[in-house]
Amino acid sequence: MPEKTFKGIPASDGIAIGPTFCYIPAEMTIPVCAAGTVDEEMARFDTARKRARIELRGLCEAIEKRAGKEEASIFEAHQEMLSDPALEGKVRAEVEVGQTVEEALVKATEELASLLAGMNDELFAARALDVKDVGRRILRILLGLPDTALSAVTEPSIIVAEDLTPSDTASLDPKLTLGFITAQGGLTSHSAILARTLGLPAIVGMGNGLLEKVFSGLPIVMDGRTGEMIVMPDDETITRYKQIQIQRESHLQNLKAAADKNAHTANGRRVEVAANIGEVLSARDAMEHGAEGIGLLRTEFLYLEDSQPPSEEKQYRIYREIFEVMSGRPVIVRTLDIGGDKPPSYLPFPNEMNPFLGWRAIRISLDEPELFKTQLRAILRAAVGHRARIMFPMVSDLDELRRAREIVETVKRDLTLASVEFAADVPVGIMVETPAAAVLVDVLAEASDFFSLGTNDLTQYTMAVDRGNAKVSGLFQPLHPAVLRLIRQTIDAGHAKGKWVGMCGELAGMTKAIPILLGFGLDEFSMNPRAIPEAKNLIGKLTDERAREIASQAMSFGTAAEIENYMKGILASL
Amino acid sequence: MAEATIQVKHKIGLHARPAALFVQTANKFKSKIKVKNLTATGDFVDAKSIIMVLTLGVMKDHKVLIQTDGIDADLALDALKSLIENNFGEA
Repeated sequence: MPEKTFKGIPASDGIAIGPTFCYIPAEMTIPVCAAGTVDEEMARFDTARKRARIELRGLCEAIEKRAGKEEASIFEAHQEMLSDPALEGKVRAEVEVGQTVEEALVKATEELASLLAGMNDELFAARALDVKDVGRRILRILLGLPDTALSAVTEPSIIVAEDLTPSDTASLDPKLTLGFITAQGGLTSHSAILARTLGLPAIVGMGNGLLEKVFSGLPIVMDGRTGEMIVMPDDETITRYKQIQIQRESHLQNLKAAADKNAHTANGRRVEVAANIGEVLSARDAMEHGAEGIGLLRTEFLYLEDSQPPSEEKQYRIYREIFEVMSGRPVIVRTLDIGGDKPPSYLPFPNEMNPFLGWRAIRISLDEPELFKTQLRAILRAAVGHRARIMFPMVSDLDELRRAREIVETVKRDLTLASVEFAADVPVGIMVETPAAAVLVDVLAEASDFFSLGTNDLTQYTMAVDRGNAKVSGLFQPLHPAVLRLIRQTIDAGHAKGKWVGMCGELAGMTKAIPILLGFGLDEFSMNPRAIPEAKNLIGKLTDERAREIASQAMSFGTAAEIENYMKGILASL
Repeated sequence: MAEATIQVKHKIGLHARPAALFVQTANKFKSKIKVKNLTATGDFVDAKSIIMVLTLGVMKDHKVLIQTDGIDADLALDALKSLIENNFGEA
């Protein structure tokens, strides 16, 4: 097979070279359909077995490296079983009486497995499981389904999938993940954000049919800067990309060394550069990359990993651990931000036409006060001795904010009555991510101690575009003049009321946006940890005056493309 | 056609690695090769099938009867005999 290149949307910087791991979460149900000729069915069987062999070889090598020859020998036995004449004979006999190869395979493996299962000696009887396992592997391949769980990744691989949800990636071992390539999704889809958080390359929006172009075990090279996926790369390509990889590493090391100092503009104004994280591990990563705080601690992961809401104690432990890792730096905890697009099983979600305009975030918290109170108690308790802040997502109305704050006060009263220790002075603010909140900042300031711009949702709601829909995601332009005007308005209105205004959306970490935001007077830039070194470096090159000039020039353009183009020139000149 | 009776000395019998080696060796030849566990009840099975060889349940000190039939019958029998006699390459 010659080298072949496919192109998608570059979503996270970096280069990966390695085997493919195809992922489709699906049940293995055999479709009812007429069988082909004996030759056709048997040819499908042979092709499936060939692929199974490639998978097993990969497994074998990986396990041998990790756990030794002994452990790996089981997959050698599986390879032996693939070409077993008894298996083939039984499959053929079934196919010859008109069964599809899938039906024949299920019957054959069941028969052979039961022969073994009936043996007296345990050691031999246990091999029945291996026969079944091999049968399942072949069947899965016949049905066109790759390995069914990301926990099945056993060697460092590039994950290729239709799309990835937070629960898909929950079982993923970051050490075994080289990068993500998805058919669907845009720059802010889960896999793209996760990849940037982990510092892994990602390509999204490859389009339909991605999983027909690759299969597990197939060697590929991916370039997260250009969005290129190279299938079956030749030696020359691999050497070239390995070199780029090495250069990139050393460049990042240099930036990282510079990131340990607090960020200042060229004229000495202190600007806070913080990190967006979603778990304890990335808090450590944030510290390593020079985060001066956590501008956004997402708590959804806690709510999506189980069939019941996380207990107060579990939340307390996790918040506490993160506060401790950040040792005295400010941490903004965003309360529950889920909705119908990723509903947990324990909440009564209605059928929604538009989950992004539906029952989500603060709206759920206000309707489910017990769920909300549990989280607030855990945060307030964990905050003792630390600099925590509480932030409500998706506020669009002053009454919502007042009610949410009332619940915070109720929780504090309850904790006091129960003589439970908690931090009484935790600032409470909101995320500005609806156009309604952005235009109401002066009003909302009555009940909000600070504001943090969530540019992903703000862009989505302002531009009326579903960022996960590849057909329209081109309209998802965070540098659109409409979005930038709302951002500037939010910062100005917040400052006029003496409030601190930060940003925890993707935009805060984009070099093409940072000079403009600096010019607007943004107080805090919170981004994925890996983007921090470069952001600090850029901020240090700009004076406030220069940034204001750039911002005002950028705002004179009428389209996002013109602004991007202008910023490209600015960045090149710095 | 050729045949031989051999005692398996390996501590785990015809299982795991020894079974795999036995089947791999059998698969190198064109001849039809059958094997039967004389120590247990049961019939001949295809020596080229790992699954069927496992169903024989050959354990340490069991005796097996190997029958080969085809153009390389003698070579095949010799190879399998010496594999078992040399204890599958283990001391």
